[in-house]
Amino acid sequence: MSTLQIRDLHVSVVTEDTPKEILRGVNLTINGGETHAVMGPNGSGKSTLAYSLAGHPKYEITSGEVLLDGEDVLAMSVDERARAGLFLAMQYPVEVPGVSMSNFLRSAATAVRGEAPPIRKWVKEVKGAMTDLEIDPAFAERSVNEGFSGGEKKRHEILQLSLLAPKIAVLDETDSGLDVDALRIVSEGVNRYKAQSAEAGNGVGILLITHYTRILRYIQPDFVHVFAAGKIVESGGPELADELETNGYVRFTGAGASA
Amino acid sequence: MAPTEVSSTEVSAPALDGQYGIAEHSHVGARDLNLDTHSHRIGSRDPQDHLVPLGREEQWRFTPLRRIRGLHDQTPLTGTDFTVTVNAPAGVVAHSVSGDEANALKGASNYLPTDRPSARAWAASDSVFLVDVPANLEVDGLIEITFHGGSVDEAVAAHLVVRLGTHAKAQVSVVYEGSSTLAENVEIVVADGAHLDIASRQSWSADAVHLSHHHVRVGRDAIVRHAALTFGGDLVRIVATVEYDGPGGDAELLGLYIADAGQHLEHRLLMDHGAPNCRSRALYKGALQGQGAHTVWVGDVLIRPTAEGTDTYEMNRNLLLTEGARADSIPNLEIETGEIAGAGHASATGKFDDEQLFYLLSRGIPEAAARRLVVRGFFGEVLARLGIPAVVESTNEIIEGELEISGI
Ligand SMILES: Nc1ncnc2c1ncn2[C@@H]1O[C@H](COP(=O)(O)OP(=O)(O)OP(=O)(O)O)[C@@H](O)[C@H]1O
Ligand SMILES: [Mg+2]
Repeated sequence: MSTLQIRDLHVSVVTEDTPKEILRGVNLTINGGETHAVMGPNGSGKSTLAYSLAGHPKYEITSGEVLLDGEDVLAMSVDERARAGLFLAMQYPVEVPGVSMSNFLRSAATAVRGEAPPIRKWVKEVKGAMTDLEIDPAFAERSVNEGFSGGEKKRHEILQLSLLAPKIAVLDETDSGLDVDALRIVSEGVNRYKAQSAEAGNGVGILLITHYTRILRYIQPDFVHVFAAGKIVESGGPELADELETNGYVRFTGAGASA
Repeated sequence: MAPTEVSSTEVSAPALDGQYGIAEHSHVGARDLNLDTHSHRIGSRDPQDHLVPLGREEQWRFTPLRRIRGLHDQTPLTGTDFTVTVNAPAGVVAHSVSGDEANALKGASNYLPTDRPSARAWAASDSVFLVDVPANLEVDGLIEITFHGGSVDEAVAAHLVVRLGTHAKAQVSVVYEGSSTLAENVEIVVADGAHLDIASRQSWSADAVHLSHHHVRVGRDAIVRHAALTFGGDLVRIVATVEYDGPGGDAELLGLYIADAGQHLEHRLLMDHGAPNCRSRALYKGALQGQGAHTVWVGDVLIRPTAEGTDTYEMNRNLLLTEGARADSIPNLEIETGEIAGAGHASATGKFDDEQLFYLLSRGIPEAAARRLVVRGFFGEVLARLGIPAVVESTNEIIEGELEISGI
């Protein structure tokens, strides 16, 4: 089982003029097999946390550390992080015209697994994973995310999750833009991978970023963290989500949170 | 990410900072852009009928005349330091002819030189290289012609005629390599019902200068797929014009180019629709890398009053792989009849997209492989239409080699 440790992480966004501090000391440890929900209002820095973990060049780490099984994640390039077992399902998946989904998936799997999967086994694997997520096989020949609906993009993020089999998965608002059916399908996809990885003895650790409690009815969190003004302001069990459901973020976004 | 905004008639890059992606402008339907097509119609074999271009003319405004070694002025076109090798399947005539026979062949496509270098090459070429496919022959295998230049010192004039008889079918590959200062005319005649796939690959050494005029005459119900694949040379400028003999003609003009530091690669097209119910397509894609890499694409489409039922679409896309490169892209459409089936164009120039790169990297794909994926994907659309497997293969190899230059 793996462990991701985030310690006192401070991150600024690189803008034209002055850097703007967004993350102000994030502390979080995620063990394999655990699901942590991070919930917070718009603009609180949730995506910044996700992108910083993945290594997006727009975000500058000003202090703190991130360790994956003791290895310094922040010293790794973006692709090295992915090969080390970190996966980010993006809030807004990027369109890559001209590159077919099938070519992309195979390139990614080859990189992450360290060798090209045997072709016949691979075709079966992809087909199975697509069927699980109710994705039409025709998508394999379309350009990556190009012209996909919001829900289709999210399904393909989870498709990649299951094919790339990471140790730690960061899911950034995977629930946004999904109707009820799609939310169920996508959640089942996450749970399926969670169960498979646990069965294989290396249960995935999940950082589930969300604005709403809705997805938590499908994906049970072990821990819930409230995120406000660039850091975790309160942590608890699933009951914390229920409180947010009833009262919203008001208690955390007042003077107390920004202090 | 904000897309790179481009204008309908003229696109200049580098794009503004902080903008990603390839945006696209297109419109479909009749629109008159007041294209000065009359300049295209005036042709003459006599070099004296063509003024020495000064650089401000519409047709020459992008071309650095100082670099064309006087081909547009009066540099003697007397060079002989080149070889032409041919590989032609049985039944195909492919040889050099001279004297009266050569003179009789010139103009086989109805072409008359429209600029001075073209007229000078016309007058100066004593021989014509002829590829002749008799009527009804479906050629089995690729007709390959290789022009190898030995030196840039003495400028060379050349004239190539590719002619398909009625209902003939053939695939032709012309490759230019080595060093040369070359002014050239290429006449392509595709008789009624014939089908030609022809690819001209400019794989010159870094010091070559090549000005060429391709004229394609499309017979009734004939099909032509013409590709310009330009990689090498200091300066390459290819003007390709298409005219239709009768109804039902179909011409697809493809282009693929990669400009490295300092290279000037220019492609100009004129689809001259004079016959009814003909179709034209243009799809040109270019990548630029390095300081001073410059590409120019000008796509003119003229639909004359007689060309009812015309169906035309042209598209040019450029990918700026590094800073310091410039792509000019200008589609023009002039429609003189209300009765058309469809007309449109699109032109876009964009930078290598950082967000796309990040997405691929975040899936574990190493940077070099990620960039290749995107560039291959970009050119894939053109390669998929080429239709000549051997040419696709060699072009793929060249693209891979070019990508290594910039460490991509
Ligand atoms: N490039 C940028 N330039 C300036 N500010 C930025 C930039 N990127 C992010 N920010 C700011 O950083 C803050 C945190 O943004 P982030 O996207 O991390 O929030 P979030 O919690 O994911 O919000 P949401 O719930 O809307 O997804 C916001 O105030 C945002 O405006
Ligand atoms: Mg967000």
